[in-house]
Amino acid sequence: MSQQPAEVPSLPQLATSGLRPKRTFWQNFGQFVRHKPLGVFGGIIASLLIFVAIFAGVLSTHDYTFPNSSKILVSPNSEMWLGGDALGRDMYSRLLHGARISLYVGILSSFIGTTIGMVVGVASVHYGGVADLVVQRFVDAMIAFPGLILAIAIMAALGASINNVVIALSIAYIPSATRILRSQSLAIREMDYILASRALGVGDWRIMIRHIVPNCFSLYIVIVTLHLGGAIIAEAGLSFLGIGAPPQEPSWGAMLTGAAQNVRIAPWQAVFPGLCIAMVVFGWNLLGDAMRDVLDPRLRGTT
Amino acid sequence: MQAYIAKRLLLFIPTVFLVTAIVFILLRVVPGDPALLLLAGDVAEEDLNFQRDKLEALRKELGTDRNIIVQYFDWVLGMLRGDFGQSFFYQTPAVDDIKKKFPVTLELAIMAVLLASCVAVPLGVISAIKQDTKADYATRLITLMGIALPNFWIGIMVILFLAILFDWIPPLLYSDLWNDPWKNAQQLFFPAMALGFSNMAFIARITRSAMLEVLREDYIRTARAKGLGERVIMSRHALRNALLPVVTVAGYEFGSLISGTVAIEVIFTVPGMGRLLISSILWRDSTMIQAIIVIIAVLILTLNVFLDLLYAWLNPRIRYT
Repeated sequence: MSQQPAEVPSLPQLATSGLRPKRTFWQNFGQFVRHKPLGVFGGIIASLLIFVAIFAGVLSTHDYTFPNSSKILVSPNSEMWLGGDALGRDMYSRLLHGARISLYVGILSSFIGTTIGMVVGVASVHYGGVADLVVQRFVDAMIAFPGLILAIAIMAALGASINNVVIALSIAYIPSATRILRSQSLAIREMDYILASRALGVGDWRIMIRHIVPNCFSLYIVIVTLHLGGAIIAEAGLSFLGIGAPPQEPSWGAMLTGAAQNVRIAPWQAVFPGLCIAMVVFGWNLLGDAMRDVLDPRLRGTT
Repeated sequence: MQAYIAKRLLLFIPTVFLVTAIVFILLRVVPGDPALLLLAGDVAEEDLNFQRDKLEALRKELGTDRNIIVQYFDWVLGMLRGDFGQSFFYQTPAVDDIKKKFPVTLELAIMAVLLASCVAVPLGVISAIKQDTKADYATRLITLMGIALPNFWIGIMVILFLAILFDWIPPLLYSDLWNDPWKNAQQLFFPAMALGFSNMAFIARITRSAMLEVLREDYIRTARAKGLGERVIMSRHALRNALLPVVTVAGYEFGSLISGTVAIEVIFTVPGMGRLLISSILWRDSTMIQAIIVIIAVLILTLNVFLDLLYAWLNPRIRYT
C-alpha cells in the first residue's frame, strides 16, 4: 500500500507563508502615505506633470507655435497669463507643451538607460571572467566622462533633435546603472537561496531570470525614478545650449536660451521655465528618495 | 599599499585607451566624413553638385582619406606627443586654443569648489548637530533645492538680481588673472557662485550624513564621558573624522562641476573651454571637440585615480576590499 506523500509546499510558498503577512498593494500604498509625506508630495508633483503633459492641448489658451508680432515680450496680462516670448508666442501655452517634452525625454531615457544597464550588469555577473572585466573597463571609461559631457559629445555627433536627446541621455545613464545593478546581482548571487536553487539543480539561466532579475527589480525602479529628475535637468541643459531640442520646440531649456540677454526687459521669460524645471525635478527627486528608503534602504546616501 | 597602487595604475592605462576609442568612434566615425560635412552640411553626398576633386582634396588635407584604424592610431600617437590636430575652423593647432581657455575654466571650477565648501561644511555640521530642528530642516530644504535647480537657471537668476538690485552686470570683456586680478575676480565671482550652488548642496548633504554617522561612534561618547567640552568634541573628534569622506566625495564631484561650466560660461560669456566646446559643435569643428572631450575625460580619470590612492592611504580599510 503506497502512501501519498504529504503535500510539500513549493519554495516560493515557503518563502511567503508565515514569515511576513503578505500585504496588498493598497496596504503598502497606505503605509507609504503615512510614513513618507514628502514622498507623497513629490508624487503629487510628478502626477501633476503627467496630467499637464497629457492635457496640454486642452489646457492651453493659445496656439503655442503662433508668433504674434504685436505680443513680442509683452508682460503677463489677463490675455497672456505668463506674457509673451521674444517671437510673441504665448508663454503659458508653451510651458504646458514643454511638460510633454520633459516627460517624454525623462521617462524614455531613464527607462532605456537603466534597462540596458540592468541587462549588461546582470549578464556581466552571469558570464563573469574576461567578459566581466572587459565590461567593467568600458563602464570605467564611460564614467570618466563627467555629467553632461558624454551627452554633449553624443549630441555633437547626432545633431540636435528630441529623439537624439533621448538616445544621448540613455547612453549616458547606462554606466552608472550597470555599476549599481552589477554589484547588486553579485550580492544576490552569494545568497543562500541561490545556493539552494543550485542544489536543486536549477540551471544558470533560470537562476538569472527567476531569482536575480526579480531581486534587482526594486533597485531598478529606484534608479529609474532618480534618473528621471536628472534626465529632465539634462534635457533642459542641452536644449539651453542649443544642442538639444531644436529652438522652435517648446522645451523649457530652449525657452531659457536668450533669456539672459532679455532678463532686464522680460524677466518672466527667464523665471517661469526655470521654476517649472525646478518644481518638477524637486518632485521627482522627493519621490525617488522616498521610494529608495522604502524599497532599498541600503542605497541611502549613494546618490 | 604598493600592490594597490600598481593595480590602480595598471587599470588606468587601458581605461584611457578606451576613452580615446569611445571619443573617436562617437565623434569621428558616427557623424561620417568631416570633409563632406564641412563642404555640404547635412546634404547627402549624392545630392551634391560641387566638384568631386574639391572633396577629394579636402579629404587629403584633413587626412580622412586613409584607413579609419590608421587615422585612430595617428590621432592617439599625435596626442601622446601633445599634438591634438588642426582645428577645422581656426586652421590652427587645436592645442593652442585649449591652452588659452583651459586655465580660465580651471580657475572658475576651483573658485566654485572653494566657495561651495566654505558654505557647505558649516551648513552640514550645523544641520547634523541640531538634527531635526528648524535649522536642520532649512538646510535640508536648501540642499534639496540645490539638487533640483539647474545651474544655468541659477546663473540667469544671478544676472537678473544683479541687474535689478544694483543695476550692474559682471564685466563682459574677460581680463586675465595675472594682469588685472580685481577685474578678473569681479567677472568670475558670480559665475563661480552659480556654478557652485548645486555642489554646495551636495557637499552639505554629505557633511551632514558623515557627521551624523561619526557622532554615533563610541569615541565620541568616550570624549563626552571624560568631560571634554562640546566645542572640542565637535572640532577635534567629530569633524576631523567626518571630513575624510567629504573631501574625497567633493573631489569626485569635481567632474560634474567641469561639465557644469559649459552652460555657466555661455551665460556669463567667460572665455573658457565650455564655450569653446559649444562653438566648436556649432561650427562642426570635430578636431576641436575631440580634443576638448578627451582632455576633460583624461583629467577626470587622473583625478579619480589620485583620489582613490589618497583615500586608500588615509583609510587603510579600503585597500583590502
